[in-house]
Amino acid sequence: MSFVDVKNVSKSFGELRVLRDVDLAVEEHGVVCLIGASGSGKSTLLRCLNLLERVDEGEIVVDGQTITNGHVDVNDLRRKIGIVFQAYNLFPHMTVLDNVTLAPTKVRGVSRREARDRARDLLQRIGLADKAQEFPDRLSGGQQQRVAIARALAMEPKLMLLDEITSALDPQLVAEVLQLVRELAESGMTMILATHEMSFAKEVADKVCFLDQGVICEEGSPEQIFSAPTQARTREFLARVIEAGRL
Amino acid sequence: MHEVLQKFFSPHSFRVALPDVWTGFQLNLKLMVLSEILVLILALAIAVVRGLPGRGAAPFRALAIFYTDIFRGTPLILVAFLVGFGLPGLNMHVVSSQSNFVYGVIALTLVYTAYVTEVYRAGIESVHPSQRMAARSLGLSYWQAMRYVVIPQAVRRVIPPLLNDFVGLQKDTALVTVIGVAEAAQQAQQFSQNNYNFTSYVVAAVFFILLTIPLARFTDHLIALRERRERAQAT
Repeated sequence: MSFVDVKNVSKSFGELRVLRDVDLAVEEHGVVCLIGASGSGKSTLLRCLNLLERVDEGEIVVDGQTITNGHVDVNDLRRKIGIVFQAYNLFPHMTVLDNVTLAPTKVRGVSRREARDRARDLLQRIGLADKAQEFPDRLSGGQQQRVAIARALAMEPKLMLLDEITSALDPQLVAEVLQLVRELAESGMTMILATHEMSFAKEVADKVCFLDQGVICEEGSPEQIFSAPTQARTREFLARVIEAGRL
Repeated sequence: MHEVLQKFFSPHSFRVALPDVWTGFQLNLKLMVLSEILVLILALAIAVVRGLPGRGAAPFRALAIFYTDIFRGTPLILVAFLVGFGLPGLNMHVVSSQSNFVYGVIALTLVYTAYVTEVYRAGIESVHPSQRMAARSLGLSYWQAMRYVVIPQAVRRVIPPLLNDFVGLQKDTALVTVIGVAEAAQQAQQFSQNNYNFTSYVVAAVFFILLTIPLARFTDHLIALRERRERAQAT
């Protein structure tokens, strides 16, 4: 059985159907990239996975646990699933270190000292050890996003959801964030990424899913999707991406 | 002209009235400090209740709205009468046997809590929903997200308007004179009636002004500080 199993999931916002009968399986240690135009449902799908949005129909199973039946402890589930957003969403009134230690101390009951030690290790790993005592507004976008990733990792999640995490960054800051994601993938973290970085998707993904109007239109290995897409809409989308010089 | 100076600004009367008015003013200070502490705590609690999500919390939200509507709409002097004369008139245990000072604190707290609740609420609503979402996505509960992420940011933002309301409260402590609290305005009135001279009112006014000015400057300073920081962030 897969680590994440999305079965027949549909979701609407009012009249608008954002997801239609979506099926998706993610293996443990697998990296899945969701590609597609803005509004195709990538972010909504990620948010459904940690119950920031509720699905209307269908079922999601994560790590053997059905999370969509209404009986699951939402806070408990979210400890296992980290999510990083496009806009970083660091807590501006806390130092970098406090941003990273808040959830482990308050949610998992880790002692302050232990949380700080681990946070320092994480910051070391992402090359921001010297920024521990800074406030987020003193950091560049790329640094903030790396801290946001560290904040999610501090909960030791089994699954990471990355929601267009480089879309708000200046081009020269994208690489440092992608490098961190690459390292995460190599360490065996199970990840689902919504991304516009096609070359990166090609490089790290085990599986690429092309979403169009709330439907997974085509899925396959990166080689297959990027080199030999079978669906007309996938080809159209990739043609536009290539035209824009993004692949 | 001489008449005006004599009646309002007589140095002699100033000196004579000063000690009594100062004694009264110390009561104003106590009224302020006690009410301000109570207001800060109660208003935050009511603001949080007003923001509770879900259908189950609807009665509590309604109650909070009802409270702020009533006490923002009622003039303080009427609340003071209702509390200061009404509660003793009930002849109830504890409730009816408090000092006028306590009734004064209750009246001030009731009215200003309603104002400050709205200030807090504006602050809480000004924190972007993505902050709460980020906190919740880390596994923090609703209350933990409020406690560690939303409220600290909200409170920082509303400190200037909060201090503004406190300037109002400090002045309004003089109003509880109507239920017989021997505070500065009352002491001044007594002196004035006994001596047919209004300098004592000026003395009381000076006390209030001296207390308000530093607070007003401090508020200005905080606002300037924040503007500077926001401008630095925008560049």
